[in-house]
Amino acid sequence: MGEALRAVQLEKSFGEGAAKTHAIRGVSFQAYWGEMLYVVGPSGSGKTTLLSLVSGILKPDSGSVLVEGRDIWKLGPNEIADFRLNKVGFVFQDYHLFPKLTTVENVAIPLILKKQDWNESLKIAMEFLEVVGLAQKASLPPTKLSGGEQQRVAIARAIVGRPDLLVFDEPTASLDGTTGKRILDFVKNEILNDKRCIVIVTHDNRIFGLADRMIEMEDGSIVNVRSGGKIEG
Amino acid sequence: MRGIFKIALKLLVNDRGKFAALVVGITFAIFLIVQLTSIFSGILAKASSTVINTGSRLWVIDPSVQNPLNTIPLPDYVLDAVRSVKGVEYAVPLYSGIGLVKLNSGAYQPATVLGLDDTSLLGRPELIQGHIEDIYSNNAFIVVKDQEYAKLGNPPIGTTFEINDHRGVIVGIGHVPEGSLFGIPTLYTTYSRAIQYLPNTRFTIAYVLVKPKSEAAIAGIIDNVAKIGYRALTDREFEREISNYYKYQTGVGTNIMMMTFIGFLVGLSISGQTFYTFVLENLEKFGALKAIGAKNSELVSMILFQALFSSMVGYGLGVGLSALLIATGKRFVPNYTADIGFWNLALAFVLVLLIAGVSCLVAVRKVIRVQPFEIFRG
Ligand SMILES: Nc1ncnc2c1ncn2[C@@H]1O[C@H](COP(=O)(O)OP(=O)(O)OP(=O)(O)O)[C@@H](O)[C@H]1O
Ligand SMILES: [Mg+2]
Repeated sequence: MGEALRAVQLEKSFGEGAAKTHAIRGVSFQAYWGEMLYVVGPSGSGKTTLLSLVSGILKPDSGSVLVEGRDIWKLGPNEIADFRLNKVGFVFQDYHLFPKLTTVENVAIPLILKKQDWNESLKIAMEFLEVVGLAQKASLPPTKLSGGEQQRVAIARAIVGRPDLLVFDEPTASLDGTTGKRILDFVKNEILNDKRCIVIVTHDNRIFGLADRMIEMEDGSIVNVRSGGKIEG
Repeated sequence: MRGIFKIALKLLVNDRGKFAALVVGITFAIFLIVQLTSIFSGILAKASSTVINTGSRLWVIDPSVQNPLNTIPLPDYVLDAVRSVKGVEYAVPLYSGIGLVKLNSGAYQPATVLGLDDTSLLGRPELIQGHIEDIYSNNAFIVVKDQEYAKLGNPPIGTTFEINDHRGVIVGIGHVPEGSLFGIPTLYTTYSRAIQYLPNTRFTIAYVLVKPKSEAAIAGIIDNVAKIGYRALTDREFEREISNYYKYQTGVGTNIMMMTFIGFLVGLSISGQTFYTFVLENLEKFGALKAIGAKNSELVSMILFQALFSSMVGYGLGVGLSALLIATGKRFVPNYTADIGFWNLALAFVLVLLIAGVSCLVAVRKVIRVQPFEIFRG
C-alpha cells in the first residue's frame, strides 16, 4: 500500500509563559492508502490538534506534513485553503451543517466552493445522498433529521468532492452505540477504498474493532502504534 | 450567479426574522432620508419660483440685500446705467409687490403682483387661455393657474375684481413652471400699471433683468455693475443664494440636515446591529466554510453581497414608500411640497452604501479572524 501521508517531527504549543501547553511533542507517523487509521488516547492528549496539523487546518510550530511528497505547510494561505478543498474531506464533531440550507445544498457546498455549476453540484450531491441512504430527505433542512442522519449528511458532504484524505473528529460522540457502529461500518464498507485514507480520532471503544491500525497518544506524544483495533492490557 | 453568492443569499433570506429586521431598518432610514430631502428640495424650488418663472439669465439687485426674498427697490437711474454697460443686449425692470384683492364675494385675498416691462414683457408666463396683447387693455391682469388659483375663486377670463381700490379684470390665464412658497395667488400685469395701482416707496424697480449679448459677456457685466455700486448675479447664483438662505439662515436647512443625519444613524444602528448579530450567529458556519476550503476573500465577498443585497432591497422599498407618500400627498394635500430628484436619490444611495459598508466592516473583521481550528475543536 502506498503512503498517503507522512508527518515528521511535528511540534505544536499553545499560549505563552506559564500558561504554555506543549500539545504535540515531536510526533511522526505515516498513513497509507486504503487504510482506516484511528488516533486514540485520553482527553487532552493532543488528538484533535494532531488531526488539524495533518489536514491543513492548523500550522505546526515545526516539523512537516507531506502529502503525495509535498510539504503542505510550505503552501501560502490560499493554496492551503485549496488543499483542504480539493484533497481533504472533513467531518466535524458537531457536524456544522447549515440549518438555512436544504440537506442536498449542504452536501453540495464543497462543489460550489470549487466553483462548479450550481445545478450540476446539486445533482452530484444528490448521488452522494443516495450513497448514504438519505435521498428522500434531500429537500428538508438538516434540523429535521435525526442525529445519525445528520452524521451521514456530514459524511456525504465530506466525500462529495472525492477527496483522498478523510478526517473525522469524534464522529460517534453524539450518537448512541449502535448508530455509531452502523455508520462506521458503512464508512468502512462503502467509503473506504484503496485510493483513500481515513483518519479517525475517537474515544469510543465500541468502534475500535473497525480500525486497520491505531495510534495511541498520551500527553502530546505517540506512545504506541498497533495493527488492528484491539488494545491489550 | 456564482454559487457562493447563492449560498450567501439563502443564508440571509432564509433567516426570515433577521432579514426582515435588516430590510425594515434600512427601508425606514431611506424613507426618512428621501422624504426629508425631497420636502426640502421642494421648498427650495418654490422659494426660487420668481427666478425660475421669470427665466432671466442675469439679475441686478441692491448689494445690501441679505435675504434674497425681500427686495430693496432700485432707483430708475440704475436701469439706465445697466443699459449702458458693455455686453448688455437689453435690460428691463421687474416690479414685484403684494396687492390686496377684493373678490366679488366680498372676501379679501392678498396676491403677489409682478409688473412686466411694458415694451418687452420679459418674464411673462406661458398663457393657457387668452392673448398676451390683452395685458395692454384697461385694468388687465393675467392670473396664474396654480395651487393658489382657487383662492381667487377660480376666476375665468372676464372676471372683475378690485385690487387696492382699483378695478381689475382677468384677461388671461397663465402657467408657470414653479408654484410659490407663500401660499398666495400670483397676478401679472404691466410695470406701469403695477406702479400705478399698488402703493409704492420712492423707488419701484424690484429687479433689473438683463439679457447679456453672450455668455462670455456675463463676467464683464457683473464687474461693471459692481462699479456702479450694484450687484449682478446669474439665475444659478441667485437660486443658490436663495437656497443657501433657506439652508443656513432660517433653521429649516439645518434641521432637515440633522433629521436626515438622524435617519442615517437610525438606519445604520438598526442594520449594523442586526447584520452584526446575523454574522455573529453564523460565525461558526463561516468558520466551517473556511475549514472546508473557502478563502477569506470569498467569505468577505459573501458578506459584502449579503449587506449589499439587503441595502438594495431596503433602498428600493424606502424610495418606493417615499414616492408613494409624496404622490398621495400631492394628490390630497394642497401645496404639498416635495420633489424627489436625482440628488435626493443619489444622497440616499450614498448613505445606504455607507450603511452597508460600515455594517460589513465590523462583521468582516470577525469572519477574517475566525480560526478553522476553533471550529474543528468544537
Ligand atoms: N487553542 C488552544 N489554546 C490553548 N490550549 C489549547 C488550544 N487548543 C488545544 N489546547 C490544549 O492542547 C492540548 C491538546 O488538546 P486537544 O484538543 O488536541 O486534545 P484531545 O486529545 O483532542 O482531547 P479531547 O479528547 O478532549 O478532545 C490540551 O491540553 C488543550 O488544552
Ligand atoms: Mg479532541
